[in-house]
Amino acid sequence: MLQRDYTTSQLDVLEAEAIHIMREVAAEFERPCLLFSGGKDSIVMLRIAEKAFWPAPIPFPLMHVDTGHNFAEVIEFRDRRAAELGARLVVASVQDSIDAGRVVEETGRRASRNRLQTTTLLDAIEDNEYDAVFGGARRDEEKARAKERVFSFRDDFGQWDPKNQRPELWNLYNSRIRKGEHIRVFPLSNWTELDIWDYIRREGIEIPSIYYAHTRKVFERDGMLLADSEFITRDEDEQLVEMTVRYRTVGDVTCTGAVQSAAATVEEIIDEIAATRLTERGATRADDRASEASMEDRKREGYF
Amino acid sequence: MDILRFATAGSVDDGKSTLIGRLLFDSKAIFEDQLEAVERTSRDRGTDYTDLSLLTDGLRAEREQGITIDVAYRYFATPKRKFIIADTPGHIQYTRNMVTGASTADLAIVLIDARKGVLEQSRRHAFLTTLLRVPHLVLAVNKMDLVDYSQERFEEIREEFTAFASKLNAPDLTFIPISALHGDNVVSRSENMPWYNGSSLLHHLEHLHIASDRNLVDVRFPVQYVIRPQRATDPAFHDYRGYAGQVAGGVLKPGDEVMHLPSGLTTRIASIDTYDGPVDEAFPPMAVTLRLEDDIDISRGDMICRPNNQPHAAQELEAMVCWMTDASKLSPRTKLTIKQTTRTARALVRDLHYRLDVNTLHRDESAQSLSLNEIGRVSLRVTQPLFVDDYARNRLTGGFILVDEATNNTVGAGMIVEAR
Repeated sequence: MLQRDYTTSQLDVLEAEAIHIMREVAAEFERPCLLFSGGKDSIVMLRIAEKAFWPAPIPFPLMHVDTGHNFAEVIEFRDRRAAELGARLVVASVQDSIDAGRVVEETGRRASRNRLQTTTLLDAIEDNEYDAVFGGARRDEEKARAKERVFSFRDDFGQWDPKNQRPELWNLYNSRIRKGEHIRVFPLSNWTELDIWDYIRREGIEIPSIYYAHTRKVFERDGMLLADSEFITRDEDEQLVEMTVRYRTVGDVTCTGAVQSAAATVEEIIDEIAATRLTERGATRADDRASEASMEDRKREGYF
Repeated sequence: MDILRFATAGSVDDGKSTLIGRLLFDSKAIFEDQLEAVERTSRDRGTDYTDLSLLTDGLRAEREQGITIDVAYRYFATPKRKFIIADTPGHIQYTRNMVTGASTADLAIVLIDARKGVLEQSRRHAFLTTLLRVPHLVLAVNKMDLVDYSQERFEEIREEFTAFASKLNAPDLTFIPISALHGDNVVSRSENMPWYNGSSLLHHLEHLHIASDRNLVDVRFPVQYVIRPQRATDPAFHDYRGYAGQVAGGVLKPGDEVMHLPSGLTTRIASIDTYDGPVDEAFPPMAVTLRLEDDIDISRGDMICRPNNQPHAAQELEAMVCWMTDASKLSPRTKLTIKQTTRTARALVRDLHYRLDVNTLHRDESAQSLSLNEIGRVSLRVTQPLFVDDYARNRLTGGFILVDEATNNTVGAGMIVEAR
């Protein structure tokens, strides 16, 4: 008799691991929430949450830290997706933090609200008393992230201490915290960019239109193609050009670069990524280019 | 395409970073911007070669001190398989990190410098690999180029290590002569070693059969979460009651007779549900939801198994424990929180039988405590029964973590050797 082969595909293994992590959080924490930006990773994470608790609704709210500098297509998608699921969406606004004097808007040509988000995020976590916060970060994105735990402990100040992380063994996660502390949970830690796209294809998941090739007015700055936007001040020599582009990542308009691409379907995007020679953050994120350790520094302060 | 998780052990001197760098580079998992950043940093530091260890050393302190502090996870894929590397440092906090990295590994690669042969550290690496029951071990005899690709030298090392491994109860053992620097036998077979007729390292990693390493015999379903949709939009789900969890052992099918622990009540599986519809069977590592034919009071931390194949319901545990903190020690009377599968209880250290010297395997029975990175055999008493198997039989039901009740830190990892 032929022995049944119990080989499990990589997407099934990753999905099962992520579902296990989500259920563990729902079982062990009082007030979890899921960071949902409308970006592809958080969209996949949301689908995993749907699967983990089906046929019950997702047992925690969604939260978005809205810089006010987002792509309109993404905000529209965010609201529609939350409504479809009947999920509660908490929007924490960087503009509110600025108005309340919690942070000061950066000025100048390279002004970005990227770093300000951290304060807004931490304030929202504290105000809502969230004790576990799901994020869609992946370890393949960046080398500081490659060393971060699935359950990443944050102290009263929301800080990450990379040298003092809790060991993580088997599929056992330590959820013990004191009041005021919280855990960032990364169910997609072991996924790569390509896994995310393979999963989007397999599951037929809808994503915002800006991930697909479209025509847009852009200009070049530091080797990146930035969108024409009211939030960016262009220099005189930064001429707008109309190009066919798409986005590999979705962040603020001010620091997210487009890539020239004709990929109009998920299949074409997968082919493109399989052939690319640049990481998604290296190719498209000004926020990560600031220095060798910029992600580590922001993470220490409490960034996503 | 499936996933193989492997741990690498060794220090920079063994060429571990070079090996990983080569695997990543040859499989196109290193991108131009990453390579540029590494080249730039290498230049800034005055190194005259591209230091591929910088790819894995992600934290500022690591780059400043030129050491690896923590387990780093790296990813690459070939058309055959996706790979997850748990890259553990060779020196600082070695044991703690190796134990962590090995806990989920299907395979471990231990690097040996062909010039130096089997060193104390090679033995230590191999021992930890077997302690954590990593099913496959590869001894990569590196720097073969520096011993003139000598078959004799390779055989010498193989014999010496095989003799040592027989004491360890070592799993599947494979020896591969390589040169990570020149790429011999890493991705493709080397022309410099015609006497070697085995696979290249990558070929071995790609083709190794791992599906049957999981325990597919003993049905173990630790209940993780009870799903009761109270505001389900579909009225069909008003009375829905499902037990969600990740299968830790065996194959479950609808209609199977199962037993619930701790009650000992038996019932049958009515359905194995997922978001994508019911399935015909569930096995590790699937995350599913079981519905049962009878109403039994079941909650998180309970276990579903087969009536004729049950785990031990144990309050007294014998385990090998690795201590992972320098803030405290493990000694008799230490009280801790224990987490095993989905169950959490309190544990009291009753006895420390011996501390094991991981280099010599000598048992020090006079030891009074375990400090950071030390391993010993421990008796624990827990406040409520845990449903356990010997770690050798099932890594998921035989492994546990210990949490300090004052600091909330994870301070120990345990592997059950004898459940009563």
